[in-house]
Amino acid sequence: MSTPNILKVDNVTMQFGGVVALADFSLEMKEGELAGLIGPNGAGKTTAFNVITGIYKPTKGRVYFDSKDITGLRPDKIAALGIARTFQNIRLFPTLSVLDNVLVASHLRLRSSPWEAIARLPKYNKEEELNRREAMELLEAVGLADVAHEQAGGLPYGQQRRLEIARALATRPKVLLLDEPGAGMSVEEINELMGFICRILRDFGLTILLIEHQMRLVMGICQWIQVLNYGRTIARGTPLEIQNNPKVIEAYLGGKGDA
Amino acid sequence: MTFALFLQHLANGISLGSLYALVAVGYTIVYGILRLINFAHGDIFMMGAYFALFALSALALPWPIAFFLAIVATVLLGVIVEKIAYKPLREAPRMSAFISAVAMSFFLESFAIVVFGGRPKAFPRPEIFSAVIHIGGIAIQSITFFIIGVSIIAFLILTYLVYRTKMGIAMRALSKDFEIAMLMGIRIDQVVSFTFALGSSLAAVGAFMWGLKFPQLYPLMGVMPGIKAFIGAVLGGIGSIPGALLGGFCLGLTEIMLIAFLPGLAGFRDLFSYSLLILILLLRPGGIFGVQVIETKV
Amino acid sequence: MDEKIGKILTAVFLLLFFGWLYWAQQNLNPYLTRILILCAINIILATTFNLVFGYTGQFSLGHAGFVCVGAYTAALLTMDITQKKANFFLAPLIWPLNSIQWPFLPSLLAAGSVAALFGLIVGMPALRLRGDYLALSTLGFAEIIRVVIVNLQRVTNGALGLKGIPSYTNLLWSWGWAILAIFIVKRLGDSSYGRAFKAIREDEIAAQSMGVNLFYHKLLAFTIASFLTGVSGGLLANLLSTIDPNAFTFFLTFQVVSIVVLGGVGSLTGSVISSLIYIPLGELLRAVESPVTIAGLHIPGIPGMRMVAFSIMLLLLILFYRKGLMGGREFSWQWFWARVQLVLGKQSEG
Repeated sequence: MSTPNILKVDNVTMQFGGVVALADFSLEMKEGELAGLIGPNGAGKTTAFNVITGIYKPTKGRVYFDSKDITGLRPDKIAALGIARTFQNIRLFPTLSVLDNVLVASHLRLRSSPWEAIARLPKYNKEEELNRREAMELLEAVGLADVAHEQAGGLPYGQQRRLEIARALATRPKVLLLDEPGAGMSVEEINELMGFICRILRDFGLTILLIEHQMRLVMGICQWIQVLNYGRTIARGTPLEIQNNPKVIEAYLGGKGDA
Repeated sequence: MTFALFLQHLANGISLGSLYALVAVGYTIVYGILRLINFAHGDIFMMGAYFALFALSALALPWPIAFFLAIVATVLLGVIVEKIAYKPLREAPRMSAFISAVAMSFFLESFAIVVFGGRPKAFPRPEIFSAVIHIGGIAIQSITFFIIGVSIIAFLILTYLVYRTKMGIAMRALSKDFEIAMLMGIRIDQVVSFTFALGSSLAAVGAFMWGLKFPQLYPLMGVMPGIKAFIGAVLGGIGSIPGALLGGFCLGLTEIMLIAFLPGLAGFRDLFSYSLLILILLLRPGGIFGVQVIETKV
Repeated sequence: MDEKIGKILTAVFLLLFFGWLYWAQQNLNPYLTRILILCAINIILATTFNLVFGYTGQFSLGHAGFVCVGAYTAALLTMDITQKKANFFLAPLIWPLNSIQWPFLPSLLAAGSVAALFGLIVGMPALRLRGDYLALSTLGFAEIIRVVIVNLQRVTNGALGLKGIPSYTNLLWSWGWAILAIFIVKRLGDSSYGRAFKAIREDEIAAQSMGVNLFYHKLLAFTIASFLTGVSGGLLANLLSTIDPNAFTFFLTFQVVSIVVLGGVGSLTGSVISSLIYIPLGELLRAVESPVTIAGLHIPGIPGMRMVAFSIMLLLLILFYRKGLMGGREFSWQWFWARVQLVLGKQSEG
């Protein structure tokens, strides 16, 4: 029997009024895989993420996580189940500190009630202490430990991206969706990022799906890649197969009739 | 209830509805462009009534001229209010503009209390408006016809301005997509001033007629009509002009008819409006015409 | 500077403060006392507004409604039975209210609880809305509460209001609750829940995606705030001795908003400072409203100038000084000590 899918998107269509952002979108991931989702701008990639994480409820189709139907569940429930994500246009909590940004993501695990928190009972203090330590470890892993108490909004772009990843990791996810993690990065930074993603895949036992435009990154670390164009899947395969796929090339460079 | 009485109530409802509709437009066109609830609009309405009062009694002008002057003065006030309280906050968070609008509203109210005094002042009613017209056994005040007539004319002018002039097109463009309209070279400041001027002029028209119909002016007289007109605008779909007209009108008509049929609930007439507001906001915030509520992009 | 030292300093300060309050209760003139009590009550209101708006970003304008509910609950519980009979001459007060009389603390707790219940009822629908719509619906609810109170003759005595409420509120009660409110809100704000609130304020979608249940947390902040607001209503009722529905209009909410904006939205310290400025200022401005005779010259009072001044002040604030006094920052002993050292350093050099 083959390994079960940890994430399965089954024929999802996402329609906004007259606009079809995703059509018959299906995707399957096995535990531990590192895959890529690529396609020209507006192809529906972020929409796919939004459907998986519950921000949109699909017009048609279903999403399964660990064999459980999570279609249309609230994003915070889905996060609690184990899917975390970063955002294309970084969405940090700008006036909170770097550390607090990460700590927000551990709130979902908090067992203490508000009253216990107000009274600072030992039960709460222990949890808080634990979460703080974990958060600092995550910040060290992404190299942000020394700016832990700075305002997140004041960080340079590259650090903000790393903070987003640390924050997502703090939810202790099983599946991590990265939306253009390499955007705006230099060549060295991309190399570092590639190593970093492979490391966290291993160290945190994750399954990772990433949206990217940086081809070196995608081709470099992804085990397989799915290509979207105008909301439809036009190809799926290994990096080598995708690179040589005429439909993919056409989609990116424009085919007959395109300017 | 006799048929005659019913018709009286209906006439009342139609005139009140028309007045609400006039004021409602002001809320909706400002919200459409700036996404701002002009809290002070009801108070501009109030000032319009006092301007008319001043023109009629202190200046002893013939009523058509007083009417015109009141409109001019109110338009000026509306434009000035925008320049002082809203324009500086266009880039600021929405809550700041909201607070500013509330502060402006309170300022106008307290200013009126200080300058005009808290005691109600009588609005002079020119002879012609005291007439009562009898149609088939029912007595209807001439004011009612005046209100309906003037309102229709006002709405026709409004429609012309909004759909057939350059300024009107600019207004509508701005309300559809603020940034793109700016890129198209539309002068924001001008259009916004025009919008406030338009809204204030309609409020002044409504205020003059309100004074004729309910000849007691007092500084807080704009509060309830303002709220009701606003609720009407939300009912019709905030940002939509036909919505404001329809919603304001329906609200006024329903308010009168409700009390006509259930006089015991007279104390709850305001409650009806507030509850309606909450229901709309919860169940169908886009109102009757289903205006799109802004969605954040992810 | 150590956190422990900070805690000790706070404890010492509070001890001294309450000691002074005890003395002030016996010795301070009643006018000043009243102003100080009003300051304390407004501090509670500002603190709860900060919890809902400053921390969680929910612009709720329903404060007046919860103060009203709390005030009436406390009044109806603390008033003695003869007073009740005298008040409810148009329509008798319903049972069991007409035959009970409770001591102050339980009445205050009841006031808070009833207000919290209303908070739940109002919050559940209203908090599903955002921005303007939330503000409007909470405003609408506050007005509905007021209209209902005016019409429930047999429970609230309607438009006649209630007179003869016992004057239990004194400096210790009011400031005690104020300190408690600040303590609760600060502790909550600094906790994991506080971070969740602030995350909601900053970016709801990101907060949700990180596992924060938006609705639960908004409702939590709202309900806790409503409870404390209700208590302040009870304190107010037992200070004024007379309440009627017109005391709880939007103007009350507007005042709270002004105080918070003046102090800096999100700063509890700011709210304390601005209450201590705003309330006495209001009283001072009252002087402008009544006629005064200076050196034989009779200057007539200008009624309503207070309001004019306040609205202009809020306008100026929001236009030019939006961040307020503290700009969202809080007082801390570390900051204070650093300032002291600066001053001392300067003096030793000079």
